[in-house]
Amino acid sequence: MTLDLEHFLTVGALLFSLGLVIALSKRNAVGVLMGIELMLNAVNLTLIAFSRFGASEQPIAGHVFVSFVITVAAAEAAVALAMAVSIYRTRETVEVDQLDLLRL
Amino acid sequence: MDGAGVGIAFWALAFVTLGAAGGVMVSRNLLHAVLLLIVTFIGVAGFFVLLSAEFIAMAQIVIYVGAIAVLMLFAIVLTPRTIRDNSETAMVGPAILLGIALGTVFLFVIYDTEWAVVASDPALSAEDLGKALLSTWVLPFEIASVLLTAALVGAIMLVRTSEEEAEDDA
Repeated sequence: MTLDLEHFLTVGALLFSLGLVIALSKRNAVGVLMGIELMLNAVNLTLIAFSRFGASEQPIAGHVFVSFVITVAAAEAAVALAMAVSIYRTRETVEVDQLDLLRL
Repeated sequence: MDGAGVGIAFWALAFVTLGAAGGVMVSRNLLHAVLLLIVTFIGVAGFFVLLSAEFIAMAQIVIYVGAIAVLMLFAIVLTPRTIRDNSETAMVGPAILLGIALGTVFLFVIYDTEWAVVASDPALSAEDLGKALLSTWVLPFEIASVLLTAALVGAIMLVRTSEEEAEDDA
């Protein structure tokens, strides 16, 4: 069978949608972070697929962009989990619907 | 991309990756969700190999599975057992609707667009990536290193307790 760009884009799109649902619906802050990581992974998959199949003068740009996305994702995960631990110490919860101090 | 091998590899990877991602959604235990997330990361790394991006696949395993997933496991085991449930807020209905709507739009765009594709593999190696990172993209590369340092210092500052800060001042 022949694998085309569309096959990989479909997997990326479905993975992104699942990640979006997880990020928007999970109660635990770590669960929300998992959804965000899934979305970033889906975007990376899409970028690599375009780098492999797309007509471009610089196909390596996709790989470079993915390495930056991975770097930023690592930094984001470190800060987000530090915030989760820090919030847990002061509020005794990491459930995002309980963290509503600014609500009137 | 032709051949029975890549076809089997693609469908197996798609099944495992999307199945594990669905498991992250439906699993009730946060610890199981992280373990399924690791399976998803490995599946995406398999896709990178299939798309002949070996270096990115290796970085995916080392950074996502080796660092981010382990960091998540640490964050979970550092909080008590009672808050390990992986349930949804009241927004789960609208979130699923939005996810389905967005996925449908993506699929329409993917299958209605005439993509400008090349038939041959551009054959990009880790050497090409290294040369590109240190020539055309050297400035963003350096900024990324500053960002990583700032994020790690920030993460350490965020988790310091007031007693630890008092010790440093003394």
